[in-house]
Amino acid sequence: MTTLSDPPRESFRLSMLVNDTRYRSYTFQFIALVCVAALFAYLGSNLVANLRAAGLNISYDFLGDPSGYDINQTLIDYTSQSSHLRASIAGLLNTLLVSILACITATIIGVAAGVLRLSNNWLVSKLMAVYVEMFRNVPVLIWIIIIFTIMTAVAPAPSAFRGDDPDASMLFGMFAFTNRGVYIPKPLFEPLGWVVLGVFLISIVGAILYRRYATKVLYDEGRLLPTTWPTVAIVLVPAILAYFILGRPIALEIPELGGFNFSGGITLLGSLIALWFALAIYTGAFIAENVRAGIQSVSRGQTEAAAALGLRPRRIMNLVVLPQALRVIVPPLISHYLNITKNSSLAIAVGYMDLTGTLGGITLNQTGRAIETILLLMLFYLLISLSISAIMNVYNNAVRLKER
Amino acid sequence: MQKSVILGTLTAAALSAGAASAQTLSDVQDRGTLNCGVTTGLVGFAAPDADGEWSGFDVAVCRAVAAAVLEDQNAIEFVPTTGKTRFTALASGEIDMLARNTTWTFSRDVDLKFEFTGINYYDGQGFMIPKSLGVSSARELAGATVCIQTGTTTELNLADYFRRNNMDYEPVPIETNAEAQQQYLAGACDVYTTDASGLAATRAAFETPSDHVILPEIISKEPLGPLVRHGDNDWGDVVRWTLNALIAAEEYGITSANIDELKAGTESPEINRILGTEGNLGEMLGLDAEWAYRAIKANGNYGEIFAKNIGESTPIGLSRGLNAQWTDGGLLYAPPFR
Repeated sequence: MTTLSDPPRESFRLSMLVNDTRYRSYTFQFIALVCVAALFAYLGSNLVANLRAAGLNISYDFLGDPSGYDINQTLIDYTSQSSHLRASIAGLLNTLLVSILACITATIIGVAAGVLRLSNNWLVSKLMAVYVEMFRNVPVLIWIIIIFTIMTAVAPAPSAFRGDDPDASMLFGMFAFTNRGVYIPKPLFEPLGWVVLGVFLISIVGAILYRRYATKVLYDEGRLLPTTWPTVAIVLVPAILAYFILGRPIALEIPELGGFNFSGGITLLGSLIALWFALAIYTGAFIAENVRAGIQSVSRGQTEAAAALGLRPRRIMNLVVLPQALRVIVPPLISHYLNITKNSSLAIAVGYMDLTGTLGGITLNQTGRAIETILLLMLFYLLISLSISAIMNVYNNAVRLKER
Repeated sequence: MQKSVILGTLTAAALSAGAASAQTLSDVQDRGTLNCGVTTGLVGFAAPDADGEWSGFDVAVCRAVAAAVLEDQNAIEFVPTTGKTRFTALASGEIDMLARNTTWTFSRDVDLKFEFTGINYYDGQGFMIPKSLGVSSARELAGATVCIQTGTTTELNLADYFRRNNMDYEPVPIETNAEAQQQYLAGACDVYTTDASGLAATRAAFETPSDHVILPEIISKEPLGPLVRHGDNDWGDVVRWTLNALIAAEEYGITSANIDELKAGTESPEINRILGTEGNLGEMLGLDAEWAYRAIKANGNYGEIFAKNIGESTPIGLSRGLNAQWTDGGLLYAPPFR
């Protein structure tokens, strides 16, 4: 029996798309979506049509061709006969190298400057204020050029190290500071040398385990074990003993002046150093402000409570204030790391062959494939930035306020 | 953010490609100025003087074209370009022609879709090194630090040369000639390499040019010439034949001094055709009869331009060498005006 009538069915009328608030937002979102899609379609078709009119096509075949140019610093095997793709990878690694170095250095500088800026010592806090304001408010490109120019102008040329009575001499007979870069000794590992390195790495693990144990003892029994000196001892003593017992299996290759340049050892190019320090000092100033904001965000009550419990000022900073400040510090820190990576593309100003210099510079020029290389360049930077964000987000989740 | 970057790039690419159509000649005439791409500054070839007036060997080609097309050799917008930006500037239509010691190569002509309209300087890549280093041949450069301008053919030649001779070197890529000069003088590189003419021009700007030597080896062929976009043959013809008119004028003895005299009519039909008193060559190009007269009158014939800007009496002091007329044992050879 179908006497039970259906509830009155609300018929859908077209006008409801505009008049009914339930549907209106969908209507407008749909219209906006269509407009954006149409705009992209128009730009895309315009691009394709004009490229065809100009007789050009989009092709990535050039990546397999020999690049034909040399790169002054490569972390992988690379010759001028390698492909453009390999040149791009070499550039990518150079970008990562300078970014990682600069991120680490900037963090150290930033945390130190941020903490010191809150110091009660008037001179120290004012000095840090001057540092922050000076470096934060001048474009990083200018700092890169200033540091590079100072290096080339002040440091002696390699030829100054030549002769019986040279104008310049090597520091400790091992380090040469020239206007082309810094030459440092390179460790040469004999087979037993790797054993020493292994011992050293195991000692580091041991030191970490010891510190965990010390924390556990502290929490379980309330006994405070000394950590600083035992850590140093655990890390260094076994490695030093192994080094001498195994008959000094690690030698140093000291850079020597031969021909035009120093050879042997490890070369830190002047351009790398200039870029690295400029990025580190510049971004360090921003991080210092972050750190200061983070510390000031921790209420004074926390500090006072910790002091009332009898903690010393340094312990208060390390155990109470900084852990709470981290959740304020870390999110903006991610964006500073991203900025370092992106600012490293200013490398061409000092002739450092990063990704922009190889793929977006010489490869682009020699092949003339501007659209392809720029798209690829964007993709590479996007991938680097997203990876950094992902890693830092994991860290951020670890330090953020745990709500239980 | 990323999306808007992509959008911007696409827009730029789409718009710029749209501008690169044919009809450059009428565009230039409607606009009333010629956009000419030159270097960011290379004394003798293209450099602004204290008043901001551009002058030089490459600039003279721009001026001749402007005189032929616009009847005013000063109706030019000079656009300084680096080795990296020059091709994009030309392809995008930002400039109408590029007169910037650019080497004519197969891939630039064919793959990058440009059209070289002739050769105004036959050059080759050389090395400059301080005298104090005591090097007399490029073969002794093993291990040297070499400054190069990035985005040029010199980068590739250099890699080839050192590979062929089994030597290693350390390249220091640099964006402009001025920066390279600074790096070289500070001793941050041992050697500076670029086209031999560029080396001579750079050295002439040094405080003590005699402290630096240009090594005898020339490691490449570098035919330099003005270029235009591929696909606009009418405009290409205008630039090509303006350059040819300058070269032919020297061959036939037309100078800025005697050109008015010759224009009254001569016995030589070739001269008459160039100067427009006979035939209708100008009309064929889409210009008036006096186009070549104005082009030559502007800064003189090829020989006069050479002597005035980079010749032996100038600080740059280049000899004609390969750039002499074919009648004098050089390579300059203008096709007949007929």
